[in-house]
Amino acid sequence: MADLIIDAFSSQTRLRDMIRAIRGCKTAAEERAVVRKECAVIRASISENDQDYRHRNLAKLMFIHMLGYPTHFGQMECLKSIASAGFPEKRIGYLGLMLLLDERQEVLMLVTNSLKQDLNHSNPYIVGLALCALGNICSAEMARDLAPEVERLFQSRDPNIRKKAALCSVRIIKKVPDLAENFMSPAATLLKEKHHGALIAGVQLCTDMCKVSLEALEYFRKKCTDGLVKALKERVNSPYTPEYDISGISDPFLHIRLLRLLRILGKGDADASDCMNDILAQVATKTETNKNAGTAILYECVETIMSIEDNSGLRVLAINILGRFLSNRDNNIRYVALNMLMRAIAVDAQAVQRHRITILECVKDSDASIRKRALELIFLLVNENNVKPLTKELIDYLQVSDQEFKGDLTEKICSIVEKFSMEKKWYIDKMLKVLSEAGNFVKDEIWHALIVAISNASDLQGYTVRSLYRALQTSSEQESLIQVAVWCIGEYGEMLVNNVGMLEKEDPLTVTESDAVDVLEAAIKRHTSDITSRALSLVALLKLSSRFPSCSKRISDIIIEHKGSFVLELQQRSIEFNSIIDKHQNIRSTLLERMPVLDEASYNSKRKSGSLPPTASAPTGASPKLPNGVVKSPAAPMADLLDLSSDDAPVPSSSGGDNLPDLLGGSLTSLPSLTGQAPSNGTDILMELLSIGTPAAQNDVSTSDLLSTNHNNTPSGTPLERLSPPSPFSPQVSTPTATTPVMDLLDGFSPTLSMSNKKSSTDPYFSGNNGPVYPSIIAFQSSSLKIEFSFSKQPENLQSTLINATFTNMSSNIYTDFIFQAAVPKFIQLHLDPASSNTLPASGNGSIGQSLRVTNSQHGQKHLAMRIRVAYKINNKDVLEQGQITNFPPGL
Amino acid sequence: MIRFILLQNRQGKTRLAKYYVPLEESEKHKVEYEVHRLVVNRDPKFTNFVEFRTHKVIYRRYAGLFFSMCVDITDNELAYLECIHLFVEILDHFFSNVCELDLVFNFHKVYLILDEFILAGELQETSKKAIIERMGELEKQE
Repeated sequence: MADLIIDAFSSQTRLRDMIRAIRGCKTAAEERAVVRKECAVIRASISENDQDYRHRNLAKLMFIHMLGYPTHFGQMECLKSIASAGFPEKRIGYLGLMLLLDERQEVLMLVTNSLKQDLNHSNPYIVGLALCALGNICSAEMARDLAPEVERLFQSRDPNIRKKAALCSVRIIKKVPDLAENFMSPAATLLKEKHHGALIAGVQLCTDMCKVSLEALEYFRKKCTDGLVKALKERVNSPYTPEYDISGISDPFLHIRLLRLLRILGKGDADASDCMNDILAQVATKTETNKNAGTAILYECVETIMSIEDNSGLRVLAINILGRFLSNRDNNIRYVALNMLMRAIAVDAQAVQRHRITILECVKDSDASIRKRALELIFLLVNENNVKPLTKELIDYLQVSDQEFKGDLTEKICSIVEKFSMEKKWYIDKMLKVLSEAGNFVKDEIWHALIVAISNASDLQGYTVRSLYRALQTSSEQESLIQVAVWCIGEYGEMLVNNVGMLEKEDPLTVTESDAVDVLEAAIKRHTSDITSRALSLVALLKLSSRFPSCSKRISDIIIEHKGSFVLELQQRSIEFNSIIDKHQNIRSTLLERMPVLDEASYNSKRKSGSLPPTASAPTGASPKLPNGVVKSPAAPMADLLDLSSDDAPVPSSSGGDNLPDLLGGSLTSLPSLTGQAPSNGTDILMELLSIGTPAAQNDVSTSDLLSTNHNNTPSGTPLERLSPPSPFSPQVSTPTATTPVMDLLDGFSPTLSMSNKKSSTDPYFSGNNGPVYPSIIAFQSSSLKIEFSFSKQPENLQSTLINATFTNMSSNIYTDFIFQAAVPKFIQLHLDPASSNTLPASGNGSIGQSLRVTNSQHGQKHLAMRIRVAYKINNKDVLEQGQITNFPPGL
Repeated sequence: MIRFILLQNRQGKTRLAKYYVPLEESEKHKVEYEVHRLVVNRDPKFTNFVEFRTHKVIYRRYAGLFFSMCVDITDNELAYLECIHLFVEILDHFFSNVCELDLVFNFHKVYLILDEFILAGELQETSKKAIIERMGELEKQE
């Protein structure tokens, strides 16, 4: 490299001077200026084809490249340099090639010829350069072209060339696996090498060939297993070799590679595994482990023992070694032990369980890498027998863990607790603990599930609400704890106050009604409360207003305070709630009854299938397995069906608030969307609210459904069934209540209940006590589909009609994933029962039946009308049909 | 397999960057930046292994220099840690008491040494003596 330093007269600076100049730059701008100047000089020199400075230019370019500046203009210089005759030029050329180019540049193809010549060069050092470059950057095309040259070099007398050729082949077979068989026998020869470098390269080549070629694997397994075992034995028993010594062990790298290849050969083959048992046992027992090198070998050996075919004695030994690693003071060693134990679980879970206590300690380590591994491992180790003590430990640790680890930890604890939630009290206890410790890290769906569980555990509700109250006294800053507590106090407030459903050993708690309201008031006024907590508090307050008469005035005041809230949602609710308290005393207590038990199974299946239900507007992605979830399905498609103006279509709420309306919806308000509502819609509702007193055009909507009471006249079915999505496969569409419930709710309270029997005598189809009779109609017919409706009515309830729909397939293709949806005007309520099937046989050979219940609140004044949409698949292609039904018989 | 080797100082200046898998230039800079951020603030008592995207980085600090190797998730971490140390010993021997400035001004030689030590992302030679001798022979060719 002498020429880098000479020539003081040239305009060119020396490499060393350039580096010095760049290092001397105080600002990035200065550095850019220096680099720009240098690049200009280099370009000029390149265009003059200045051969004297080519070497130096390339060196400079590499430095500039390392600093992150573009150097593509130097690529051709590399090729020229490689093509020149001398070793120094070739050397810098190849170096530049490897740094400035990679396998994706087209320019690289130009070098293939030079490489070919150099691979056949008489100077072994030049051959070495070419092999090195090829091994580091060759593309698939080059691999194909040059593989024969490389293969030939396996015969070279120079071990340096043999080892380079072997590693070069590693790259070649990775690029072109088909070439592997060409290298099989030369690779096998390399395994007999005495030269460490050549042997290690040969072992590596065989390892990689086994990965790409089954044939190679079989070949080496048959021919080389014994030889490899012997080679390893020699290493293990070899005397001290200073040249390869690493902290007292002769060439640990070679050990490790041999063990790794043995692992691949032994895996899935009992004979080969058998053959290596002895040497593995020897390595496992004899290796010194007070230094990293020895531990590395042992680690590799343990992995090999775990992977090869069963030998229980060795496995016990291996897991014991890992146990020893676990208690090591070196973090690195503990880390690899955890890593390996994770794989060992599949082999022998019982043995890993023995180290549970130590692993648990690792969860509390200060090193994030170790903590993460240990936590994952603990998660795998949890079973029915140890879940209680483990959870306790983890929750205890939650109190003191780092902030950044709390998220991970909370998630894992929650999923453990949920997985083993058979014992409800334990589940609730633990969840409350987690909520109190790390409520801010608990995901929404986790606490939603908790609420569903509480709702189902009637004997624990009193206990839960009291525990929540207690928890809130000590940790008042955990958002999700507040949310769950607020919901429970709203639902089970009187259990809190009256100590209802005391469990044994539970301490009695003295809470007055006003204490309970205090909690809610604190939650709603807390600065950091998010809108969900505030909305929940508002609903809870409303609920308590009827149950805690002594606080009724105070609650009313709090609600009135929020009528001026800047948050639209809260403002709207406050106004509505205030009007319920003020103007609708007679129905308030029914309206504010406890929520019906939430359907745990359907909530869980919904959670599993992803939180968003399929919507009518996107039938492509909708799998029929998903519950339809109409109550919470975004409103837009329905509005679409009804041709509502776009203003009326609320923006579907985003995921977070999604479950909430569902939870609340059963009881009272099905809050449309807590966050994402378009303002126009809000004002719309407000307008309607303001006209509450005046008789609105459609003021006889049945409130019964919304109120979840059984006052209404609709036949069987608990309110929940009607409000929450029924079983899968049942497309259920209700009236737009889901989107604008409050409108309906407040529009027509009083007239409703008296409406039901008014019109009966004038009905022309009314005939005796058997109920009126109506002719069936063909509701919809297209070339491919016919829908027939037949009707029946109970004489005592003329508003409701039971429609039996029959779907017939007129085409010659089978329809799958058949879904029927319907939408009705606001004055009608609609409930769809599950369809008899979701597959419709071809050519009218069978049909699907589905019953619909409609309640026409303006019975006698307005006719039924309905829009329908039918979605199905023919040969997995989505088909959508829609229509309007106007030919209902009069009087429905 | 080693995917790349980085040698960076505490400020994040790259002193050596060798990639055995093809990456876009912009991606390389991003990787260098991210790896530096990952390793520079770790407590010395912590493990020398950090997960990096779908791979892991084995790193070791020598004075103000960080040697990082990105390897496959199934690779033997302890072995690569030893490998870094061997590389540093070779450098130390070659430059007799290596310091950062040696690596800056002789960066091309560092690459040449690396090419005798690792090839195609795999270990090529495990003897320090053999590599130093080989470097001597190559220098004689110039």
